[in-house]
Amino acid sequence: MASLGIEPKWQGRLGLGLLLAPAILWLGALIVLPHVDLAVLSLRERIGPRHYVPSLAQYRTFFTEPLYWHVFVRTAVMSVIATFLTLLLAFPIAWIIAKLAKGRSGSLLFILCLIPFWVSETVRTLGWMILLRESGVLPALLVKLGITAVPVELLYHDATIMVGLVYTSLLFMLIPLVSSLESLDNSLIEAAYDLGANGFTTLRTVVIPHAAPGITAGCIVVFMLTLGNYLTPTLLGGKSSQWFTEQIYNQFITRFNWEQGAALGFLLLGLSTALVMLGLRLAGQRFGDVMRRT
Amino acid sequence: MIPSLPRPRWLRTATVTYLAAFLAFLFLPLIVVAVFAFNNAPYPAPPWHGFTWDWFLGNPTSGRVGLFKDADLLGSIWTSFVVAIWVTVLSVLIGISNAFLIERKNFAGKQVLSVLMLAPLVIPGVILGISILAFASRVAEFIDDTFGWDWDYLRPGLPLVVLGQFSYVATIATLTISARLRRFDRTLEEAALNLGASKPAVFRTIVLPYLRPALIGSAAISFLMSFADFNTTLMLVGADSPLTVEMYGRMREGATPVLNAVSLFLMLASALLALGLMRGGPRTKSTAAAG
Repeated sequence: MASLGIEPKWQGRLGLGLLLAPAILWLGALIVLPHVDLAVLSLRERIGPRHYVPSLAQYRTFFTEPLYWHVFVRTAVMSVIATFLTLLLAFPIAWIIAKLAKGRSGSLLFILCLIPFWVSETVRTLGWMILLRESGVLPALLVKLGITAVPVELLYHDATIMVGLVYTSLLFMLIPLVSSLESLDNSLIEAAYDLGANGFTTLRTVVIPHAAPGITAGCIVVFMLTLGNYLTPTLLGGKSSQWFTEQIYNQFITRFNWEQGAALGFLLLGLSTALVMLGLRLAGQRFGDVMRRT
Repeated sequence: MIPSLPRPRWLRTATVTYLAAFLAFLFLPLIVVAVFAFNNAPYPAPPWHGFTWDWFLGNPTSGRVGLFKDADLLGSIWTSFVVAIWVTVLSVLIGISNAFLIERKNFAGKQVLSVLMLAPLVIPGVILGISILAFASRVAEFIDDTFGWDWDYLRPGLPLVVLGQFSYVATIATLTISARLRRFDRTLEEAALNLGASKPAVFRTIVLPYLRPALIGSAAISFLMSFADFNTTLMLVGADSPLTVEMYGRMREGATPVLNAVSLFLMLASALLALGLMRGGPRTKSTAAAG
């Protein structure tokens, strides 16, 4: 930036170089090269100490070992369900914040909804464990209310994992939904009403088309985070969680089988990318726009 | 549907009920965490046995190790803090640099680079972790084979944790700071230059003060994201555990209410941080969310 007494053209080049260097170092050394390395790792097989040959064995294992693809499909399906439930739960709240609450109370309500997400997922999961475990708060309450005779274990079910996933995802759905609903002009809704549309028709023909970018952005982010989540499924699901990130961790850290772990990692990355692309295609949007929205 | 249109009574009631249920759902886990930090019992579970400070102040000799006497837990808070400071400083610096690169410069491959900058947000944290782990170990091996140097900080440990978290937090800082720089009125800069200010002076007195809210916001987000990160950290962690990993380990074993105590401590700390940020100036709904 400083005038160094060299020609302006070279000064511009120097400035560009100085700004490019950190970006390239960051993306090259921490994103691109590690992923190339991971790809190489996943495509080789160990046949002796420090001796490797190129092979597809790791990917073959994935398809022949039912456990792997079973967990893979399960993770994908549960993530899709969790994303859908999060949208369903968050939409009315986003509507209240953006449209029903007046002035400051809307902002306050929004901040109130964001507060729980200022603390880490670990703390929130601890809360759910205290609430749901057999000796926990809700089972005790159920006994007191006479609904169950003895405390029931509410942890370690698929439904528990789902509650945890939806809970932890709400923030990432609320923010894009609120901002896309705020930009919807109220007079459009009034016009629809005056023209005789009922609530459902207005929602379908006016509100949802307008909020589509926000809905897509929220769904994509929530889906990715759910798919890649580790903490919530393992703690709330216990031994029966069967989440795909757990398999990757086991291969990499517990069994030290990096080749297999790398292959599983790539499959997860592929799944995540494929479904994000599909979502964007369905909504007819570009990746960059969606990311800037969140 | 909106206040200016007639809404049936049942719909109003349903709206209020839903909102109340939703807020209860949001806050219930945090409330129980806070409440059971003071329960006079060895496990964070009902029934209520009376109030105690043991889980904050308890001595090892009394059989109850409180937060302020739990060296492992305090150590992990410190570790998280140091890691978060590094991640914050690195992310904000590269965020400023990237913002100027994207908003002010034109060069071949700019489109590719700006899409690539978003990539870390789409890659699951676990995969960022393992790819950096594997790559660092390959580089370490290479350096060892070629030069015979043993570079310990390329093995799992805090330097790798910092790099792993930085790899995606940098994207968030970049987005926040670029968005602010994009709205900057460049005529202000030109006016200052016309009046004879040097480029560094313009940067210091005009551009930087304008960017200040975005810098503070992105620093706060970076710090929080680093402090709360679990996925990437888990893959790269060495002997010193940051707080999230330490808590995770204890939660699997069924820990004492000292975890509630440390959680309450975290809640208060982030509340203070949030209040501090909100005093920074009036904010709209959207900026409250973004930073």
